[in-house]
Amino acid sequence: MADTHESPSGGAPPPDAGTPGPDGPGNGWRTEYWKKNLRLMVVLLVVWFAVSFGAGILFVEQLNQVVIAGFPLGFWFAQQGSIYTFIVLILVYALRMDRLDDEYGVSERNDDGSRA
Amino acid sequence: MSDIQTWALIFVAGSFALYIVIAWRSRVRETKGFFVAEQNIPAVANGAAVAADWMSAASFISMAGLIAFLGSDGSIYLMGWTGGYVLLALLLAPYLRKWGKFTVPEFVGDRFSETVRSVSAVVAIIVSFTYVVGQMAGGGIVFSRFLQVEQAWGVAIAAAVIFAYAVFGGMKGITWTQVAQYTVLIVAYLIPAWAVAQTMTGFPVPQITFGEILAELNRIGAEFGLPVYTEAFTARPQIDVFLVTMSLMIGTAGLPHVIIRFYTTKTVRGARYSALWALIFIGLLYTTAPAVGAFTKLNLLSGVQGAAVDALPSWVQNWMATGLVTVGDGVETIGSVSNNPDSGADLIINNDILVLASPEIAGLPAPIVGLVAAGGLAAAMSTAAGLLLVISSSASHDLYFRYVDHHASEARRLLVSRIAMGLAVLVAIYFGINPPAFVAQVVAFAFGLAASTFFPILLLGIFWKRANAVGAVSGMLAGLAFTATYMIYTLPVFGTEANDHILGISPEGIGTIGAVVNLVVTVTVSLLTRPPAHEVQEMVENIRYPAERRAEVTSA
Repeated sequence: MADTHESPSGGAPPPDAGTPGPDGPGNGWRTEYWKKNLRLMVVLLVVWFAVSFGAGILFVEQLNQVVIAGFPLGFWFAQQGSIYTFIVLILVYALRMDRLDDEYGVSERNDDGSRA
Repeated sequence: MSDIQTWALIFVAGSFALYIVIAWRSRVRETKGFFVAEQNIPAVANGAAVAADWMSAASFISMAGLIAFLGSDGSIYLMGWTGGYVLLALLLAPYLRKWGKFTVPEFVGDRFSETVRSVSAVVAIIVSFTYVVGQMAGGGIVFSRFLQVEQAWGVAIAAAVIFAYAVFGGMKGITWTQVAQYTVLIVAYLIPAWAVAQTMTGFPVPQITFGEILAELNRIGAEFGLPVYTEAFTARPQIDVFLVTMSLMIGTAGLPHVIIRFYTTKTVRGARYSALWALIFIGLLYTTAPAVGAFTKLNLLSGVQGAAVDALPSWVQNWMATGLVTVGDGVETIGSVSNNPDSGADLIINNDILVLASPEIAGLPAPIVGLVAAGGLAAAMSTAAGLLLVISSSASHDLYFRYVDHHASEARRLLVSRIAMGLAVLVAIYFGINPPAFVAQVVAFAFGLAASTFFPILLLGIFWKRANAVGAVSGMLAGLAFTATYMIYTLPVFGTEANDHILGISPEGIGTIGAVVNLVVTVTVSLLTRPPAHEVQEMVENIRYPAERRAEVTSA
């Protein structure tokens, strides 16, 4: 909290336009990092679609045949379950990205190595 | 003065005093403070601010009432206005934060071209204005019912308070006030909901217990001749429910006043966690709202069923004074209820009053009713302030300094931004007092436009290096033209004739198709024209990584 210097992520991207692109020598990690990010994203978005548009809209009538604690299941997904799932999806994303950033050394750190 | 009025006055005056104190403590001297709160807001606080910014008068006052009358199809709002945060968190927020500028048009300006920036700034201003008018009118309803203040004065008082903290504190003042406003509004929403759940089911967690009353609600609804509450697609066809939900989701992710909140965090990681906190805070209200809708509807129906007109519960009398509840001419006992004034039902109830009236309908004590008034105002004011900031920053930062005064000093920029904010407040007051007839329909415009203009080009701008300026301009204009045309075709907004929906698609849902049109046009035109400059592609590459790669890897 005590960091007063400009955080490395602030302002415009650093003026290192000369660095080689993602496929340049020594930059293989970039493609790897990005692929893992995209894979995580796609998995989470599939779940996002399944609970809201799948369970809450496309298959809501079939699921409504099942009633739990008074809730027809499709109705429950549409008005409750999808929202809980959305929260869990963002939680999983934030935690997994913390790990991925650390693994590839791109997490935001203060000078003493603590999280910025 | 009645008990309810006294308590409402105490809570409203108390919360306003709190906002002013916060505003004074967070006044700013630099444009970085004015536009992005010095990029120093902790994730939890930013999450609360996003939640207050996002949850408008419509969420607080109208949504539970809408759900009560729509039944199962009310889920379009519940899923549509929360699912967008998954898209924001995964697809936009971290990358836009890494880019790290002041406004959304500024991002597309750097990424594409100055033309795209100007078009975006104008669209951002239009979208935000349509939205702010609804907030002002919502605040007026609260004032006129609870404080017996004339609507015009109510709007003026609320606007004066917003003016104080928005003009002096800019984004910094707005952010900390929004944290306080979130607290006020969520407490005001949850306490009556818990109390109603406790009274009706003996267990104070409405999210769990409203299942118990659904069968009862379906039964009594049938006696009133209403559609089955838990049955899907009674209010809209399936295809429309799908498209409206999608349109609200991508519209949410594309609304400038929501996106700029993610510029205020310290880090990229902070932006991800802000989105998480925001959705937790929003979810608290959004999972409660359907329960409030169901409980209140059951209370309401069983309270008036077969009642003689001269023996109706007292809340009916109270609200009839505002004209938001009306009993049909010549009706002796209540046999039908509707929210549609043209339905000819015995009792007509406006959607907007269900939440405000729910404590009275359930017979809760006066202080709780007063608290709800303060909550409704907090919801309206926090959203209005966020929107006014977008209007001010787009007008000054993206238009005025680009075209009129490029060499303005820091002090002058701050002054001009404040003047822009002040003018925006004045225009908002005017429209809050004289709302255009089409206010309700205009909200559909705001989402449809955000969905069909901003979301696709932001997405492609971040994830597809090949997307270029010509593509983005063509895509935005195509999406905008397509969506606006269909809205004008189906809505009698501008005095044009309203035509039937094509394939059952409502104007609220057309934004989804508009977004697809935008996407396809941007991709096609980009591929047919030259790729963006090497530096631009380098910048897009750079926003993928939160920080420079460190030599040795530090473990968490």
